[in-house]
Amino acid sequence: MSEFLQSLVRGLGTGSIYALLALGFVIIYKSTRVISFAQPAFMLAGAVLVSYLTAEVGFFVAVPVAALVIAVLALGVERTVLRPMIGKPVFVVAIITIGVDVVVRVVTNAFIGLDVRQVGDPWGLDTVSLLGVDVQQRYLVMFATTVVVVAVLFAFFRFSRVGLAMRAVAHDQEVALAQGISVGSVFALSWAIAGGLAALAGVFVATGAGVDQQLWIVALKALPAIILGGLDSLGGAVVGGLAVGVVESLVGTYQDGVAPWLGPNFALVAPYVLMLVVLLVKPYGLFGSREVERL
Amino acid sequence: MKGRPELYTSYAQDTAFLNTRPKRAWTGALVAFALLVPFMLADDLLMLLATGFVAAIGAIGLNIATGYAGQVSLGHAFFLAIGAYTGAALSGDPDGRVLGFGVTSLPVWLLASGLVAGLAGLVVAPLAVRLRGLYLAIVTLGLVFLGEHVFREWTSLTGGPGVGRPAAVPELFGVRLDRPSEFFTGPQQLYLLMFVLLVIFGVLARNLVRSRIGRAFAAVRDRDLAAAAIGVDLSRYKALAFAVSSFYAGVAGSLLFVVNGFFDPGSFGLLLSVQYIAMVLIGGAGTISGAVMGALFITLLPRVTRELPAVLPFVSSDATGAVTVFQVEAVLYGLLIVVFLIVEPRGLFGIWVRVRNYWRTWPFSY
Repeated sequence: MSEFLQSLVRGLGTGSIYALLALGFVIIYKSTRVISFAQPAFMLAGAVLVSYLTAEVGFFVAVPVAALVIAVLALGVERTVLRPMIGKPVFVVAIITIGVDVVVRVVTNAFIGLDVRQVGDPWGLDTVSLLGVDVQQRYLVMFATTVVVVAVLFAFFRFSRVGLAMRAVAHDQEVALAQGISVGSVFALSWAIAGGLAALAGVFVATGAGVDQQLWIVALKALPAIILGGLDSLGGAVVGGLAVGVVESLVGTYQDGVAPWLGPNFALVAPYVLMLVVLLVKPYGLFGSREVERL
Repeated sequence: MKGRPELYTSYAQDTAFLNTRPKRAWTGALVAFALLVPFMLADDLLMLLATGFVAAIGAIGLNIATGYAGQVSLGHAFFLAIGAYTGAALSGDPDGRVLGFGVTSLPVWLLASGLVAGLAGLVVAPLAVRLRGLYLAIVTLGLVFLGEHVFREWTSLTGGPGVGRPAAVPELFGVRLDRPSEFFTGPQQLYLLMFVLLVIFGVLARNLVRSRIGRAFAAVRDRDLAAAAIGVDLSRYKALAFAVSSFYAGVAGSLLFVVNGFFDPGSFGLLLSVQYIAMVLIGGAGTISGAVMGALFITLLPRVTRELPAVLPFVSSDATGAVTVFQVEAVLYGLLIVVFLIVEPRGLFGIWVRVRNYWRTWPFSY
C-alpha cells in the first residue's frame, strides 16, 4: 500500500510538471490555434538560466527572474517569427515553432556544456514522512506550486479584464477584434505566459537531477497530456498532465511484475498508449470542444 | 502546330506528363546530366547523392500524405523504420546474430518493405479518419515514440540500441551492387541504382497525383467536408493516402542505410520525422519535384556546413571550440525552416517557378 501511495505522490509531482507545460501549450493553442513546439526549448532555457542565477541571487529570487526573462524571450519570438504568419495554415506555423525550438535549444546547450548543472534547489532528494509514507519534498513542492499557479491562472482568466479579452479571442478572433480587443497583444501575452510556465516547469524537472542536454525530452510528455485533455481545455490540460504523470509512475512501479514482456522502460511510452486509447473513444480528448463543422 | 508550343489541340496534350516542350527538354537534359555525374565526382560525394535520392523517395511519400492529401503526419520515421527492418530482416544472413531470411534479391525485399510499411499505414489510417489537423500530428508523433520503444526492446530483430544490425543487401540478379565490379565502383553502382529507383517512384507518384485519386486527395486537403459532399469517400481516400505514403516510406527506409551498410534503433527518432517534414516544406508542399529538391537540400546541408571552418575561422571543426560545426549546422537547420516558411512558403519549387516566370516574360518584368 505504501508503495502504491509513494508511486502516486511521485506521479502527481511529475504530473504537475507536465500540467504546467500542458497549460502553456493550451494557452497558446486557445488564442492562436497553433501548437508551439518551442515549449521544450523554453523549458530548457529556464532551467539553465536558474542554474546560472541561483549562485548569484539565491534560488527563490532566481526562479521568478528566470520565468520573467523566458516570458520576455517567448514574447520576442512571437513578435518576430509568429506574427508575420497570422492567417497561414496552422501546420506551417507549427513547423516554424519546431525551427525556433531547434535554434533556441542549440544556443542553450552551448551554455550547459557536457556536464550536469545544478539549479541549487533547497530540497534536493530529501524526504519527509506524510501519513506514514515517505515522499520526496520536491514532489510536494511541485504539486503545491502547480495548484497555486493554476488557481492564479484561472482567477486571471475569470476575473481580470485582460483575461476576459483572452477568452474572447479564444472564442472568436474576428468578433473580439470588432469589440476593440487587440488580438496581437493577446497573442503576445499568451506566448509570454506559456514561456513563463515552461521556465517554471524546467526548474522543477531539474530539481534533484540537475540540468543536462537531454532535459528537453521531458517536455514532450506534455503532448499526450494536452491531447488527452483536449487541445483547448485548460482544465483538461491540468487533468491530462496529472493523469500522464500518475500513469507513468504506476506503470513504472508495477509493469515489471504484471507484464514484463512489454520490456523495461515501457513506462516512458505508456502515456502515448493511454492517449491512443482515449482518442479511439473520444477524438477530441476528454474535455476538448468538438469542432463545429458546416459548409 | 509549329511555332506555337503552348497551343493544345487535344485534351490528352493538355494533361500530358510533360506538357510543354521546354519541360521535355529540361527533363531530358537533367536525366542525362544525372547519368553522367558518377563519372565526374568523387566516391564520397556519390554516396551522399545516393542517400539524397533515397531521402527524396521518402519525402515524395510524405508529400503524398501531407502535401497532397493534407493529412499531417509527424510519424514518417516510424514507417521508415518498419521498411528498414523488413528489408534488413528479409535479406539478412539466416545464421547471423539477428533475425534474417536470406532473400537477397533487391526487387523482392524492396517491394516487401514497401508493402509491410503500407499495411502498417492502413492500420493507423482509422485514426487519421477520425482526427484532423494538429490532433493527428501529435498522434502520429506518438507512433514514433511507441516505435522507438518496440525497436529498442525487440533486440532479436534490431540488434538493440548502440549495436544495430547490417542493412539490407543490394543484390540484383546475383550481382552485389555495393561491391566494385568490372566497370564501376561500388558507389557508382549505388548512385545509379538509387537514381533509377527515384525516377521510377517519382514518375509513379506524379501519375498517381494527376489521376482521379490525386484529385480526390486534393479535394480532401482543401476541405474534407466539401469533398465528402461531392461524393469523395473520405475514409477510403484518407486511408489510401496513408497507405501510399507509408509504402514510399517503407521503400525509402529499406534503402536508406544500404549506403552505410549498418543502422541501429536510435536512427528513427523524432528528429528524422522533422527532417522529412523539413524536406517537404523547404522543397515545396504538394509538388513532386519540390520534394526531391528539398530532400537533396537537407541531405547536402551537413556537407556544406562542414566546409565552413575554412571560410569562417571562429567556427571549429571538432566538438571542443566555442562555436562548433555541429551547432552551426543545427542552428542553420532551424533558421532555414523558419526563414523559408516565412519568406517563401512555396519552398524551393516556388523559387524555381519565379525564376521560370521571369525568363518566360523576359525582357518585361511582368
